[in-house]
Amino acid sequence: MTRVRQHQTQDELLVFERSSPGKVGYQLPALDVPAADPVEVLGKERVRESIDGFPEVSEVEVVRHFTRLSTWNYAIDLGLYPLGSCTMKYNPRLNEAVARIEGIVDAHPYQPESMAQGLLRIQRTLETYLADIAGMDAVTLQPAAGAHGELTGLLMIRSYLESQGSPRRVVLIPDSAHGTNPATAAIAGYETREIPSNREGMIDLAALRLAADDSVAALMVTNPNTVGIFERDIAAVADILHRQGALLYVDGANMNALVGIARPGDFGADVMHLNLHKTFSTPHGGGGPGAGPVAVKAHLESFLPVPRIREEAGGLRYDWDRPKSIGRVRAFYGNFGVLVRALAYILAHGGDGLRNATVDAVLNASYIRRGLEDDYDLPYNAPSMHECIFSDARQAKYGVKTGDIAKRLIDHGFHPYTVSFPLIVRGALMIEPTETESKQELDEFIEAMRAIAREVEADPRLVRSAPVTTRTNRVDETLAARKPVLTWRGTPE
Amino acid sequence: MLAELGLEAAEDLFASIPAQLRQKEPLGIPDGQSEYEIRDFFESRASESARGYACFLGAGAYSHFRPVVVDSLATRGEFLTAYTPYQAEISQGILTSIFEFQTMVAQLTGMDVANASMYDGSTAVPEAGMMAARITRRQRLLVARSIHPEYRQVLETYYRHQRLPTSTVNWDPRTGQLDLEDLEASLSDDVAAVIVQSPNFFGIIEHIGEAAELAHRSGALLVVVVSEAASLGLLAPPVEADIVVGELQSFAHPTSYGGPYVGILATKDRYIRQMPGRLVGATLDSDGRRAFCLTLATREQHIRRAKATSNICTNQALVALMATIYMTVFGKRGLRELAEQNLAKAHYLADSIESKEAERVFSGPFFNEFVVRPTARTAREVNALALASNIVGGLDLGRFFPELKGTLLICATETTKRADMDRYTECFGRIP
Amino acid sequence: MDYPIDYRYSREHEWVRLENGTATVGITHHAQEQLGDVVFVELPSVGSKLEAEGAFGAVESVKAVSDIYAPISGDVIAVNEALMDAPELINSDPHGEGWLVKLTVFDRSEIQRLLNADQYTKYVAAESDE
Repeated sequence: MTRVRQHQTQDELLVFERSSPGKVGYQLPALDVPAADPVEVLGKERVRESIDGFPEVSEVEVVRHFTRLSTWNYAIDLGLYPLGSCTMKYNPRLNEAVARIEGIVDAHPYQPESMAQGLLRIQRTLETYLADIAGMDAVTLQPAAGAHGELTGLLMIRSYLESQGSPRRVVLIPDSAHGTNPATAAIAGYETREIPSNREGMIDLAALRLAADDSVAALMVTNPNTVGIFERDIAAVADILHRQGALLYVDGANMNALVGIARPGDFGADVMHLNLHKTFSTPHGGGGPGAGPVAVKAHLESFLPVPRIREEAGGLRYDWDRPKSIGRVRAFYGNFGVLVRALAYILAHGGDGLRNATVDAVLNASYIRRGLEDDYDLPYNAPSMHECIFSDARQAKYGVKTGDIAKRLIDHGFHPYTVSFPLIVRGALMIEPTETESKQELDEFIEAMRAIAREVEADPRLVRSAPVTTRTNRVDETLAARKPVLTWRGTPE
Repeated sequence: MLAELGLEAAEDLFASIPAQLRQKEPLGIPDGQSEYEIRDFFESRASESARGYACFLGAGAYSHFRPVVVDSLATRGEFLTAYTPYQAEISQGILTSIFEFQTMVAQLTGMDVANASMYDGSTAVPEAGMMAARITRRQRLLVARSIHPEYRQVLETYYRHQRLPTSTVNWDPRTGQLDLEDLEASLSDDVAAVIVQSPNFFGIIEHIGEAAELAHRSGALLVVVVSEAASLGLLAPPVEADIVVGELQSFAHPTSYGGPYVGILATKDRYIRQMPGRLVGATLDSDGRRAFCLTLATREQHIRRAKATSNICTNQALVALMATIYMTVFGKRGLRELAEQNLAKAHYLADSIESKEAERVFSGPFFNEFVVRPTARTAREVNALALASNIVGGLDLGRFFPELKGTLLICATETTKRADMDRYTECFGRIP
Repeated sequence: MDYPIDYRYSREHEWVRLENGTATVGITHHAQEQLGDVVFVELPSVGSKLEAEGAFGAVESVKAVSDIYAPISGDVIAVNEALMDAPELINSDPHGEGWLVKLTVFDRSEIQRLLNADQYTKYVAAESDE
């Protein structure tokens, strides 16, 4: 364990417990207009008493509070973040800077179009580049995240099929799919039917042929799939669906394996979403914000959400007159600040640079796979793309499960990989390094994983009790769920 | 590294992609650019915007004073570049701040609990509707026409394609408040929830208590939408509601051309298990020390899949953190003072404009937005005049409501300067 | 694990105990072990009608939800209120204090179709070998 050393961090109370009456951390300018008495203007019953329990602290206390909290987090800025399917890559600081340029960050969504040409241009440019990357004909930037993009895509499929006669009833989903796929299908009003994977971890074509009847609206598929393998038969999959009048929805969660190498539009996708907070480097920020643009082929273009951006002689305009549109999926124009960051990433890389990033991402994953295959069980033999999947089959014999190995990785100085997903692999370890990492960082990670494999054999109890070096020991999630405490309600006497 | 893998060329890494599916042509994206060039590109785009203009637009996106500590803390790499805190032992910082966020949202809204965030105010509305439908086992939503029209459009998109019914309730054309008689007449035993915004899209404060009573009497829930969070510093919280959703952009993020913002969803204890989105709960670690973790995850898509309470996964955590820092900086006194300044400025501006050639359209009490109808010129002329002197005027409501064509929705916050208000007021005057 | 010989078992891992025309239903030791620490139980209200093999509630652990299927048909005459505050009873005493509902029995032949303790033990062993 050369990578970590004990390090002092400060304890910190909740901000409510730090609070003392009368303290303030803000300053507002004096009013330059006559004050209005709230009770007089609004009536007594409309005016609240003070906000019970709300904090009262000084500015330096605010700074210390949140700085102390920040030191309790792991982050990509601290090291490799090998979460499979999450694409935790470096978040360039330039992106943060350009998103905060005056004229962009303080723009109002309803300022006149003539006064927003630069902002429409940013969107238009990003739409064009994303369409090129996806091999599709048109893009909406409105969805706020991947799952929101899925919903947008399915509602478009629904409207499209309706225009062909019937929205149909069923959405097919491989058993290896992300949970958002079936959840989205349900919200879009579809039943879901599961398609089993074959021994190689790919969609079972025979099962698909059986399932794809005229009640099926679409298949939602991630490619490379969630076991990190390219669906070799994807063109045949698309063909089976299209023959039945059904559509192919591609979940772009794993686009980091394809950008510049292969385009979903070329292998039969009708609709897909992209995750800008994965493939296009916008920061995860502890869970969001993201953005989930949706790309479509020409036959679905008229169903895209309003407004669309149209190029006219006098400049760019919003086009609201789209009678077939599914409508709006979010107020205004989506997570605009996230779009700015993603465009900065694309401009910095350029076409070749994006392709090189993909090559490095796949190379890094292949390198990790080679480095760990002697110590961990590989459930599938097909070559890995940008992530590799192992199982805990060998370690389970010592009573150690994937979740334990993951926690032990923390003691070795790394964030855990994705645990127990996809569901089709018992005890999965899903590792995605991204192109961000150097060979040295990868070697250290491989060495940590190998060391854990040896620890499992020598001292399984140690691994099961991990993490032992963190300021917080293993957290009791059962207690949290049995007796939910979701807000601070005063310190118990 | 390639050699160590026994590969000759980078191309070999992609051997599993059939050759005919590989991209033949390179991407049509220009060559990579340097930091300097990229900054230059965005500076140029920013100059094609309303940079440096005074702005009287609100309508769901509010300009408020943001203390510098908000960004200096929220851009720390340990917050900015962390993932969703599934690994509690190395995510206590984020988890603690989300717990504080949930608590402050509950305190502000008068609810018992709040979730870790929704995408924004607009998408939180259909989520609240679906939650109410699960609780009441009814389907119809009764929506005030005076909620943010884009929120209603989003709701329509979510509902129409599932063939779920919605209907609307009018506003009282005198006061701009919900027409309670229309509400009473529209309620029936298939209504899952009544959805009302306060202050509503016209800036008018609603009678929440009366709406709640009518809704509850017919077995429906009351969903209250708040799109201007700054109002909660001053206005009585909607404690009569069953679910409060809305937008915390005012406390979190600059207007940023419409996003990223941060949606909230708060409710009563008894509905916790029907909530969408992530929740952080307090617990103990194995040494008995206080700790936090994501909890009640069985409601969510990654576990319950097709039966989840929502499909939401990624939320707006970083923007929620900004809001948490903002609310902590301002605190109990600051949010009150901030709200009082908004009230004072908006009333000053409304009185000034009314003293010129314009009339107020609604008589109901308002917070920091109001609707006027210019009488000497058209709304379009007023705003054209304003634009010529670097002012972005109010929103012409004809864009959303045919019957309000020619009226302007005007907003003033604590950042609106008196001198700018006086200049804008002049634009309403008679041509000398 | 010794499964009580006077109980009957379903392939969905519920048990039934018959006493004076009333059936008590719970989930088996094996089921609770698979699920891990139970944190929440969703039960039907008294008076609802259950149909054999229909889902009538759910048992949740931190990271999993399992539907509970009625092993036999019947009217719910009691639910185990103690589980609302102490769902851990399902882990500590699945065949006793951790019971879920009591039913009036319509059709005794439905019970005869279920597995006996011996058959269930073998069924569980075969399932775990897969």
